[in-house]
Amino acid sequence: MNFGLTDEQELLKEAAHGALSRVKTVEAAREALDGSELPDLWPAAVEAGWPGLLMSEAGGGAGLDPLDAMLVFSELGRILASVPLLGHLPATLLVDAGADAADVEPLASGERRAAYVAAKPPSAIEEAWSTDPRSGLRRGPAPVIDGGRVTGEAAWVSDAPGADVLVVVGAEGRVAVVRAADAQVEPVAGYDATRSLGHVRFDGAPATELELPAGTAATAWYVAQTLLAAEAVGAIELALDTSVQYAKERFTFGRAIGSYQAVKHELVEILRRLENARSLMFYAGWAAQDEPAELPVAASAFRLVASEAYDHAARTQISVHGGIGATWEHDAPLYFRRAQLAKRLLGGTGDAADRVADELFAQARAAG
Amino acid sequence: MDLKDTPELAEYRASVRAWLDEHKAEAPTRRGREDLDSVAAHREWQGKLAEAGLAAVTWPAEYGGQGLGPLHQVVVNQEISRAGAPGLFDVISVGMLGPTLIAHGTEDQKQRHLGPMLAAEDVWCQLFSEPAAGSDLAGVQARAKRHDDGSWTVSGQKVWTTNAQHAAYGLLLVRTNADVPKHRGLTMFVLPMDAEGVSVRPLRQISGDAHFNEVFLDDVRLEAGSEVGPVDGGWGVAMATLMFERVAIGLGGEGFGWRADRFATALIEDEAGTRDREVRHRFGAIAAEFLALRFTSYRMLTTLQRGGVPGPEGALAKVTTVRAAIAAGELLVDVLGPGALEDEKAGRLVSDMPGIKSAGGTEEILRSMVGERVLGLPPEPRLDKGVPFAELRARERAAAAAA
Repeated sequence: MNFGLTDEQELLKEAAHGALSRVKTVEAAREALDGSELPDLWPAAVEAGWPGLLMSEAGGGAGLDPLDAMLVFSELGRILASVPLLGHLPATLLVDAGADAADVEPLASGERRAAYVAAKPPSAIEEAWSTDPRSGLRRGPAPVIDGGRVTGEAAWVSDAPGADVLVVVGAEGRVAVVRAADAQVEPVAGYDATRSLGHVRFDGAPATELELPAGTAATAWYVAQTLLAAEAVGAIELALDTSVQYAKERFTFGRAIGSYQAVKHELVEILRRLENARSLMFYAGWAAQDEPAELPVAASAFRLVASEAYDHAARTQISVHGGIGATWEHDAPLYFRRAQLAKRLLGGTGDAADRVADELFAQARAAG
Repeated sequence: MDLKDTPELAEYRASVRAWLDEHKAEAPTRRGREDLDSVAAHREWQGKLAEAGLAAVTWPAEYGGQGLGPLHQVVVNQEISRAGAPGLFDVISVGMLGPTLIAHGTEDQKQRHLGPMLAAEDVWCQLFSEPAAGSDLAGVQARAKRHDDGSWTVSGQKVWTTNAQHAAYGLLLVRTNADVPKHRGLTMFVLPMDAEGVSVRPLRQISGDAHFNEVFLDDVRLEAGSEVGPVDGGWGVAMATLMFERVAIGLGGEGFGWRADRFATALIEDEAGTRDREVRHRFGAIAAEFLALRFTSYRMLTTLQRGGVPGPEGALAKVTTVRAAIAAGELLVDVLGPGALEDEKAGRLVSDMPGIKSAGGTEEILRSMVGERVLGLPPEPRLDKGVPFAELRARERAAAAAA
């Protein structure tokens, strides 16, 4: 039995913390809402070796596991860092498994940046691969990849603006690489200015289809879920720390507000949800590494619990701080904005809950 | 990260499995502990497990245990469950009361009681809670008076007592000094349940079953030397028992059979329900919490394996378990319809949860404890600090009368 971090993983976390410690990421997040340019953190990511984190050593990557990537994401989430890895890392998983070395190495080194154009794998009640729609509940059909061309669209694609290549998951789980210049990427101003998003359209764009082992396209979807969830874990830790600190210092009616059960119990609720999310991070990391058949349920459970926990933590952080917590100069609204947008990306928490049920019902039927 | 045993644990597991394969046919069925015949059969089975060294895995060897670590205990639990065999009849004694005696009892008490306790020849019960002392356990009112020859007379009422109707002995917390603040005037005793003046009455719950009893103590005479730990030092002894309880709950997370896969199996009975968006979302959220609990217990075991002690945040696992089980019961009945309320599984779950919410620490008490000990938040101001118990009671009565 071993479900704790290794010394190497502790070091990786520390290094991630150190790599961005000199950048005022939270201030940058606020200024970006007012229209300022975000600092370019890609060079720091390249120096830290993150672009090739999940790629094999043969391809110039670090050959690390999804749990290692989750640990980095958790540190990034804690400080609201805007590093375009949510788009890049799942894309590298796909390319690493199917492309020629010459295409792979620039992505591993970070010389070129990829964006993952996600499609959700089918379920018992939704039989086709689908993409996030621009609005509404009805999901869109995944782009069609055929005869070296891609046609179709996907909305709210992470880190698409400025990417060099788009790695597209299409209908039937087929995967193709498209030069960004051959697609139309329409940047979208997000509610959370630190997150770069774009709507992407392909009109018969020339594409190189990848020959991938079965299940690879689905794996990319689930790994992306775990990264979004891991980012929430770090942010929840920060929200909890600052809220607890404030609850010890702020007095009403002659006592610290943290001594009141109403406040104390709500702060403990942040911790309860955080502990559940941390446990599921281990589940997802273990499944990705040792038990791939459980990755869909593990990653989706982690995504669901972490995203909901982040929403709750961000709201509680504001309410514990009182009125000031809801003002522009406070940091809490920046965390709140990120929680609200993240909760709706990549299928949202609704699809994650649906997937957990879908997998467990299927397993129960198979066992019965 | 892995679920694998160390070579030493793997060897231990193999030996446990071999014993169970050979003997599991001698075990009674897991269900039906209610009638006396089956109680006898379950006690006999515990005796066999004890003889094979599979009952008190973590107790020291000198008291009949194996002197092994908590992970060995987990291996035994897992193998018993895998074999489909019943576990111990008297989990409370082996998990909590025995370890309390080992930590605080006299050598004479240990020699006399631990052996029969382990073999379930003597069943024990825990006599701590009272009608007016639950969350605030130190408010215990049952009292004991000491005589010149060192013997005691005890009177009062206890409640929520599992196995009292089968018990030969009880571990009893009572007040021995009302003139000091409440935590400082308590003493722990060994009570023979057949003593004159002890009466046991079953307490039926929502489901109609009686899992607990009320125990009345009417001028019960206890011989000198019945104390466990120092006179007026019973609070420390009680805290030890509750610490053992927390570890036991933490290690036995899925012991109630509340698991995501089992609820999925119940829900697929209604095919249309499994395709309903609302059912899927509700079940997904419930299942995610149960899955989190499983890996929380793995994290806790990792801490134990590395020589650490699980922190008080383990209490949050109980809160999550109760919340998820309540939600699961609701969902099952919503999907399967009103008839499910009469069902052996779903109906019992729905009926049992409101009581279980308060058992082993109410959600509110646990949240306050975690808030103060883990998050370091300041405690709620207390009006009972430093006040002698007798005066505190007088104040409480006056305040209630004025209200």
